[in-house]
Amino acid sequence: MSLKGIYAIWWREMTVFMRETPRVVSAIASPVIWLFIFGAGLGASVNIQGLDYQKFIFAGVLTQTFLFTSIFYGAYLVWDKRIDLLKSILVSPLSRATIFFGKVLGGVTISLVESLIVLFFGIFIGIQYTPISFLMTVAVVIIASAIFTSIGLTVGSMMESPEGFQLLTTFLLFPLFFLSGALFPLDNLPGWLSTVTSINPVTYVVDMLRGTLVGTYHFDPSHNLLLLGAFLVITSAIGVEAFKRMKS
Amino acid sequence: MAAVIETKGLTKTFNGRIHAVQDLSISIEEGEIYGFLGPNGAGKTTTIKMLATLLDPTSGSAKVNGYDVVKQPSKVRESIGIVFQEPSSDELLTGYENLKLSALMYDLPASEIEGRIDASLELVELAERRNDLVKTYSGGMRRRLEIARGLLHRPKILFLDEPTLGLDPRGRETMWKYVERLSEEQKMTILLTTHYMEEADSLADRICIIDRGKSVAIDTPAKLKRKVGGDLVTIVADSPRIAEIRKLKSVKKIEQKDGKFLITMDNAAAHLQDLLKKVGKVDSVEVRRPTLDDVFIRYTGRGLEQAEGGWFEKMVQNSANKD
Repeated sequence: MSLKGIYAIWWREMTVFMRETPRVVSAIASPVIWLFIFGAGLGASVNIQGLDYQKFIFAGVLTQTFLFTSIFYGAYLVWDKRIDLLKSILVSPLSRATIFFGKVLGGVTISLVESLIVLFFGIFIGIQYTPISFLMTVAVVIIASAIFTSIGLTVGSMMESPEGFQLLTTFLLFPLFFLSGALFPLDNLPGWLSTVTSINPVTYVVDMLRGTLVGTYHFDPSHNLLLLGAFLVITSAIGVEAFKRMKS
Repeated sequence: MAAVIETKGLTKTFNGRIHAVQDLSISIEEGEIYGFLGPNGAGKTTTIKMLATLLDPTSGSAKVNGYDVVKQPSKVRESIGIVFQEPSSDELLTGYENLKLSALMYDLPASEIEGRIDASLELVELAERRNDLVKTYSGGMRRRLEIARGLLHRPKILFLDEPTLGLDPRGRETMWKYVERLSEEQKMTILLTTHYMEEADSLADRICIIDRGKSVAIDTPAKLKRKVGGDLVTIVADSPRIAEIRKLKSVKKIEQKDGKFLITMDNAAAHLQDLLKKVGKVDSVEVRRPTLDDVFIRYTGRGLEQAEGGWFEKMVQNSANKD
C-alpha cells in the first residue's frame, strides 16, 4: 500500500465530487428536509424516552445522511467502470488495497462534510454540543462511513451497470436503515425484529450517535464501539478482497 | 537485439469454450513498432489485456520487460503505458488534472511532475486546452490525451489498442505522426493493434497477422506482401486463352471469380504487355500492388472486412469486453 497512491485516488474523488453539483446539492438538502418536515410534523405529538421526536430521530437522520451517501458513493464505482476510467487505474502500479483505501477515504470525506452540515442544523432543534460530545460524534461518523463505504464499494465492484442502484436501495439501504432503531426505540421489539436489528451495523451506529448527541444509550457504549471496530475490520477486509477479484 | 515482450503458448479461453487467443508465441524486440493486425474479435485486445495484467492467461506464459505478467504484475505495470480502445480519461477532470492523477498514481518525483505534464501536453498539442474539462474534447483530442497519459511515466513499452478507431482521416494521420515520432525520438517499443491494414502497413516494423485467436503469419509488411507472390492483375475478358497465359514465366497463379480473372504475376509493370497479348480482347484491366488485405486473404481464405462481425469474432468481443 502507498500513501501517495491513496492520496491520488482521494484527490481525484474530491475534484470530481465538487464538479457534480447535483450530488452536492442533494447531499445537503435531503437531510435538512427530513429533519424539519418529517421530524417536525410527527414530532409535534410524539415523545420518546423523554425526548421530543425531532431530537430522538436526530441521530437517525444523521445516520441516514452518511449511510446513503457512503453506500451510493461506493456503488458509484460502477460508473468508473462505465467510463473505463477504472481500467486505467487498474493498470497502474497501485495495489488494489491502495485503490480501495483511497476510495474509502474519499467516501468518508464526503460523508463527513455532509454530516457536519447536519450537525450544524442540530443546533436549531436544541442539540447541545460539548467539545467532547462533538469530537466523539465526528469519530463515530468517520468509523461508520468507512464501514458503509466499504460495503458500497464491495457491491460496486460486483455490479456491472448502474441499473442495479434501484435494487441496492430496496434490498440493502432501506432494510439497513429502517431495521436499525433510527426511527423507533429498540425496547419491546418483537423477537424477529430484535434479532434483525442486533445483526445490523446501523443499529450500533445509531445507538452510539444517539448517546453522544443526546445522552441516551440502549447498549453499552463500549459494546457499540467494539462492534463497530469489528465491522470496520471485516467490511474493509472483504472490500480489499473484492477489489483484488475485480475485473475492469 | 533483446526481446522486451515474449510470449510462449499464450492462451485465453472464455467460459471454457471460446478460444479467444490460442497458443500465441511472439517475441517483440526493443525499439520496434509491432502491429497486431486482424479483424475485430480476432483476439488482439484479449492479448493486450493479458500483457497489461488486466486478464490472466488460461495457459502459457508472457514476459514483459523481463517480468512475468502473472507473477510480477506490478513490475509489468510500471514498465508499460497503455492507450485503450475506449478512451479512459475522466471526463469531469481537465486534461491537466487527468495527467496529474496519473503522475500521482505512478509516483513520479514531485519536482518533475509539472515539467513532464507540460512536455506531454506539448507533444500531443493539447497545451492550449489543458484547463478544459475532457468532456469538451473531440474524439481525436481525447485519444491524444490518452497518449500523453500513457507516456507520462516514461514507460519502456507503449500499448496502443486500436489507436485510431473512430477518428476521422485527419485525426488518424495526426495519430500516426505521433506514433512515428515516439518511436524515433524516444526509442520506445510500441505494440499496436489495428484492424486497418493501411495503419499496420504504414506504422509497423513487423506485423503479426492474427485470425480467430491464432497467429497466422509474422513478418515485415514488405515481406508479407511479397508472400502474396507478386502483383495482382484483374482482367475482365470474354475468352482469355488461359492455357497460353499459364505458359508465361511471370505468371504465378490464375483464379477465376465472378466472371473476372485474378492473375498473380511478377513485376506487372514490365510484363503486362506480354500478358495482354495472350488474353486477346479485353474489356477491362486493373493492376495493383498487393496489400495486407491480400496477405490476410492468402492466409485465412477471406478478406479482413469479410471476417469482421463473424459469429466467432462477436463471441470473443463480447467475452473480452465482459472481463
